Amino acid sequence: MTLNTTDTVPRSRARRLFSRLEGPQTMGSGPAFWTVAALVLGVAAAYPLIADAWTVGNAAYFLIWTFMAMGLGVVWGYAGALSFGQTAFFGLAGYAYGVITINLGTAYGLTIVALLLSVAIGGLFALVIGYFMFYGRIQGVFIGIVTLSVTLVLETFMAQTAGPQWRIGEARLNGFNGMSGMPPLTLPWFGGDIVLYPGPPLYYLLLGLVVICYLGLRILLNSPFGNVLVAIRENPHRVGMLGYDVRLYQMLAFGIGGAFAALSGALYTAWGQYITPSSMGLTSAALPIVWVAVGGRRDITATLIGTLVVLAGFQTLTIYGSQYALVVMGALLLVTVLAAPQGLIVGAMTLLGRLFQRSKT
Amino acid sequence: MTEILKVQGLRKAFGGVVVANGIDFSLSKGAMHCLIGPNGAGKSSFFRLLLGEHAPDAGTITFDGSDITGLRSFQRIRRGISVKFQVPGIFKALSVRQNLEVAFQDHLHGHSLSATIREMLDFTDLRAEEMTPAGILSHGQQQWLEIAMAVGVEPKLLLLDEPTAGMSPDETRKTGEMLHELNGRGITILAVEHDMAFVEQIAKRVTVLHFGSIFAEGTITEIIDHPGVQEIYLGTADV
Repeated sequence: MTLNTTDTVPRSRARRLFSRLEGPQTMGSGPAFWTVAALVLGVAAAYPLIADAWTVGNAAYFLIWTFMAMGLGVVWGYAGALSFGQTAFFGLAGYAYGVITINLGTAYGLTIVALLLSVAIGGLFALVIGYFMFYGRIQGVFIGIVTLSVTLVLETFMAQTAGPQWRIGEARLNGFNGMSGMPPLTLPWFGGDIVLYPGPPLYYLLLGLVVICYLGLRILLNSPFGNVLVAIRENPHRVGMLGYDVRLYQMLAFGIGGAFAALSGALYTAWGQYITPSSMGLTSAALPIVWVAVGGRRDITATLIGTLVVLAGFQTLTIYGSQYALVVMGALLLVTVLAAPQGLIVGAMTLLGRLFQRSKT
Repeated sequence: MTEILKVQGLRKAFGGVVVANGIDFSLSKGAMHCLIGPNGAGKSSFFRLLLGEHAPDAGTITFDGSDITGLRSFQRIRRGISVKFQVPGIFKALSVRQNLEVAFQDHLHGHSLSATIREMLDFTDLRAEEMTPAGILSHGQQQWLEIAMAVGVEPKLLLLDEPTAGMSPDETRKTGEMLHELNGRGITILAVEHDMAFVEQIAKRVTVLHFGSIFAEGTITEIIDHPGVQEIYLGTADV
């Protein structure tokens, strides 16, 4: 009897955890949704088989940014706090990865340790900024102003670190030109380390990370924690009057968003083996807002799809339209805000859902 | 009877405007008490002081034997105070069920959470609207939803700020019946209300606030017959 009881408890906990993959805070449920999701994943997994290594490396580059977008989705779309400065955590983690790996090297899987430490540093910095903002009663548009200021201050600071005195151990910060020469991610393996240069192995690692983070966020957002975040977005005063410490929840959401941005930053540095202050500049800070707004900030699936689509479109425009790509991005944001404030992907998914329901009835 | 709420010398001023002028007030466990007074008397400010939304300049608030004067709002709520605002404080984009989940999930889990939600849906006649976005409910239903959110975890003290504002006579009567049932379950109720018919329906005792001070206190009959209260608030038949 005892064995049965102890067996049942974890099993039911696991079932409850996985049941939160679907819920009111995330679009998409039922066999049809998960079948399509599995098909998309299958196509993504097969992509390196039909594309050349450069194109796969480029696709890996797109995947890197989705973490920052999903994090911003949590902070802005779910918790209702528009952060204009996720790039602060992105850049900090990127530099942290560079400093740690240049000093420690690549042996014994230390690049993975550096990646984890960089994410922790970015997440902790976000918690500290979040603490001062939310416990300092900063709300609404002022959150955007403060976060933008933080990332611009960091950009300015890093841009003046050109002198030889600006070094941490062996790592020169290198001012406006940025750091370079840090090693890519390296996995210890039998018979020799696997070095993850942009190409299929890195692509598969990133694809796996995207799946884990996406599913993890679905579970988190459909949990009681996610319910409270959405309620805070809707009516923070009422949430406080239900006995929740609103500021604590906002700070935690901000920390999660910061950690996701940091993951993007560290992966970006490992991917390209460089990081510059401009990664924390105004243009870099604005782009994640466009990705998330265009896809749909209030749904993590829409955020993910929207980010990938907009990134691919942005790159194509950059190749063929040069600097006009940014103007098109701005126009896209305006069109979204005016025509489909919930986001284009959310709008399309809602429409598809209605058509599906109508055809069923 | 044991006091659940005791307010002593509560004072609050915003510049030259005194909204609470040394209020002494107490409430017994199980009471159903109404707070009335003309506009600007300080009723809502008194609620905000009780809820910790304003810090008093002087005085103490004791709830269920503990001094809560220095506590933040959410900490007071966790001690067993609950509130329903004049304008429905619900989450309009969320379904009725989600509203109730957010309200109860900190205290209840699993089957007990589901059971309480079902009970509250029945209590407020909102079973059919369980999955409806709260924002499209009628005004009266929104008010009831907020009452359900406030009482589902059985608070010790329920504060109601004009709970029947904007309701039809039928909805007002039904709300009164709900409050009697909640009071019967042992929840102490303190309500700010303008509708004297509703006050007569629910209140055992009434306090009249005027210029941030307690002007009169007594049973509903005593208050209605009070010449001073008639002059400042209720009016007289021959006017």
